[in-house]
Amino acid sequence: MDNAVTAKKKWWSGGHSPFSVSYGKLMMWYFLISDAFTFGALLISYGTQRFMAQAWPDPNVVFHSFPLMGHANLPLVFVSLMTFILIMSSVTMVLAVHAGHHMDQKATARWLILTIIGGIMFLSCQAWEWTHLHEVGAWWGRNPFPNHDGSAPLSTNFTDFFFTITGFHGLHVTSGVVLNIIVLINVLKGTYQHRGHYEMVEKVGLYWHFVDLVWVFVFTCFYLL
Amino acid sequence: MSNEATLHNQDLMHHGVEHGHGNGHDGHDHHHEETFISKYVFSMDHKMIAKQFLITGIIWAIIGAFFSVLFRLQLGYPDATFPWLESILGHWAEGGRITAEAYYALVTMHGTILVFFVLTAGLSGTFSNLLIPLQVGARDMASPFMNMLSYWFFFLASCLMMSSLFVQTGPASGGWTSYPPLSALGDASIGSKIGMDLWLMSMAIFVVSSLLGSLNYISTILNMRTKGMSMTKMPLTIWAFFFTAVLGVLSFPVLLSGFVLLLFDRHGGTSFYLSEIFVAGKVLPNEGGSAILYQHLFWFLGHPEVYIIILPAMGIVSEILAVSSRKPIFGYLAMVGSIFAITLLAFLVWAHHMFVTGLNPFLGAFFVLLTLLIAVPSAIKVFNWITTIWRGNIRFTPASLFSIGFVSTFISGGLTGIWLGNSAIDIHLHDTMFVIAHFHIVMGVSAFFGMFAGIYHWFPKLYGRYMNQTLGFIHFWITLVGAYLIFWPMHYMGMAGMPRRYFDYSNWQSFNMFGGLNEFISFVVIIVFATQLLFVFNFFYSIFKGRKLTTPNPWEATTLEWTTPINPGHGNWPGEIPEVHRWAYDYSKDGKDFIPQTVPVSPDESKH
Repeated sequence: MDNAVTAKKKWWSGGHSPFSVSYGKLMMWYFLISDAFTFGALLISYGTQRFMAQAWPDPNVVFHSFPLMGHANLPLVFVSLMTFILIMSSVTMVLAVHAGHHMDQKATARWLILTIIGGIMFLSCQAWEWTHLHEVGAWWGRNPFPNHDGSAPLSTNFTDFFFTITGFHGLHVTSGVVLNIIVLINVLKGTYQHRGHYEMVEKVGLYWHFVDLVWVFVFTCFYLL
Repeated sequence: MSNEATLHNQDLMHHGVEHGHGNGHDGHDHHHEETFISKYVFSMDHKMIAKQFLITGIIWAIIGAFFSVLFRLQLGYPDATFPWLESILGHWAEGGRITAEAYYALVTMHGTILVFFVLTAGLSGTFSNLLIPLQVGARDMASPFMNMLSYWFFFLASCLMMSSLFVQTGPASGGWTSYPPLSALGDASIGSKIGMDLWLMSMAIFVVSSLLGSLNYISTILNMRTKGMSMTKMPLTIWAFFFTAVLGVLSFPVLLSGFVLLLFDRHGGTSFYLSEIFVAGKVLPNEGGSAILYQHLFWFLGHPEVYIIILPAMGIVSEILAVSSRKPIFGYLAMVGSIFAITLLAFLVWAHHMFVTGLNPFLGAFFVLLTLLIAVPSAIKVFNWITTIWRGNIRFTPASLFSIGFVSTFISGGLTGIWLGNSAIDIHLHDTMFVIAHFHIVMGVSAFFGMFAGIYHWFPKLYGRYMNQTLGFIHFWITLVGAYLIFWPMHYMGMAGMPRRYFDYSNWQSFNMFGGLNEFISFVVIIVFATQLLFVFNFFYSIFKGRKLTTPNPWEATTLEWTTPINPGHGNWPGEIPEVHRWAYDYSKDGKDFIPQTVPVSPDESKH
């Protein structure tokens, strides 16, 4: 019985990784699944509360400002820019991982620096948006936005969830930037060149893409729906 | 990637570890100079980390069990006063009788401590750490550094939880589930003040610890098995630890999300869980929240959590029953399949804790069906355990007795689960002593029996000595009989409608008839608690004075951990890691009592 099972699947017979990946990458994947559940729980909570609410603010009205543009009505333009920046930083991350595969120390460092700049730009945009919303009276426990049907807000659910979930995502971007900086230092020091592979770049890359992917869902849930 | 190569492939975070365990490829034991700190405190050896989890768990178990003695005194002797209570609890027990606030704090902390700190960290933390590398044939965990962090995060969580016992307003007292709005409003009860914050922070750190540990367990089992150790040759302990870790990785993050929202409700002025509330005659401004949302988030962890507790015990029991009855485990693949089925179903039944919260009865019907489905894999496992020992040549050791005791309590506690899983019967039985009886037998006592069995069985591997058998037998019989005497009568109280979570029943005419029974239960609780102290004595005494091992394989078992030296160093095997050729259960085969996994299969051997 046992022999039949093992004869077919040599990959699983022990002595090597069945997926031919290091334990570190495996752990990163499992961590990402776990983290997906954290965000999933938050977004599903948001979904149920919103579904139960009588009415909800219109994102086109709430998110219509742009820095230095005064009172110009530019719905969702700023957040589109933020999203563009974050997705571009994913592209540069892909290029960093690619350069790592070719053992190109300089190119890896260059693309990593661009990724870090992209991350910091995204966080700065978020900081501006939060500050702006705070100025118009929004915060945890304070919801100044009328519902899309014009009625006054009945609860603070909209802002509560907005700040909690985008804040939680921002925290992930921040830790991603920190990880990228640590890896960049190691790239510049030649640690991975010496080690013979750039797998650490790949691992932080996985995390970075995951954070981007989460943003796509956060963006959809708060700005588009 | 080979085991050795994986060990050497450390990332930048594990820099300092790298030279700690690289003895395999050159085939000699390394004599690394270890300081007291690196060997006993910030150890990265999975065996030492297992001991740290075990001893921390034992300390927590004594505290948690002692709390139950204290509140059982109140339930059993509501009119009596115990002046010594005032000397240890101060104003929480003025005049020698504990206050209602203290009672709820004790109940809450009893649940929290035993569910999370003892039966999750103490059980899974101990045996996953000890057995995974030893039984799959690895030098250590995939990442020894993360493994060390896992313990120290647990330690930090323990410190926070412990400190909450000493704050002026007392620890959390809203039950181990910490339902809002009670837990969200500091004005609602003194247990919802700073004690609740410490509870939430401690639990959040506990989630981090659990995640670090579980990721390690999963990657070690998948990636680091020795040559020949295919998944289907793994002992059932490893399968159980594997699925336990999967449950933890997928369910704890949801609890964390729930706690984040609760913290904002407590301090951020938000209304995630709060709506239309009066506290002390004052109207709160909160609108639009839902307390039921918290229950969904909590029980999405809370239900898998009971399997996180029971699966390791099941794995340990499967292994010990095969070893001690000198028979192969019955239905190996059915055992693996049923663990998998339980893991899957564990995520689909959480709402059976919420049948009476206003859940749509139509939805409830699905949760009833899925809940009752769990009886199928559970029954498969029970029958397989019984057929494993059936006509076996049973060696009665404390470990085998506790394993048999596990099967007994798992059956009697599991059967009442079928009652409670029905949403119609649950209307009558929810929140009564029946529920207390059910989950204490099926998950508290059973998991403890699995843990005791594991400690008695693997103590020789942990410390190179045996535990005292006579004390073990006394421990077993008093605990088994005591557990049934404590919890069996509670079924009757529950069926009569006696609710749980009450401080004092004496003004409640209908339950006065249970006064004597309550006194009896409390009396037995004290005896059983004292017996556990006997076990603790046996444990620590045997570490230093126990009978020494003379053979590396004292139980004549087949698994890999017994191929290591009596006191294995960091790296486990002095030479090469042995290769595995057969499954873990070749007992009484072809006239041989047992054949270790490392023995090659000879051509004239019979198939099993």
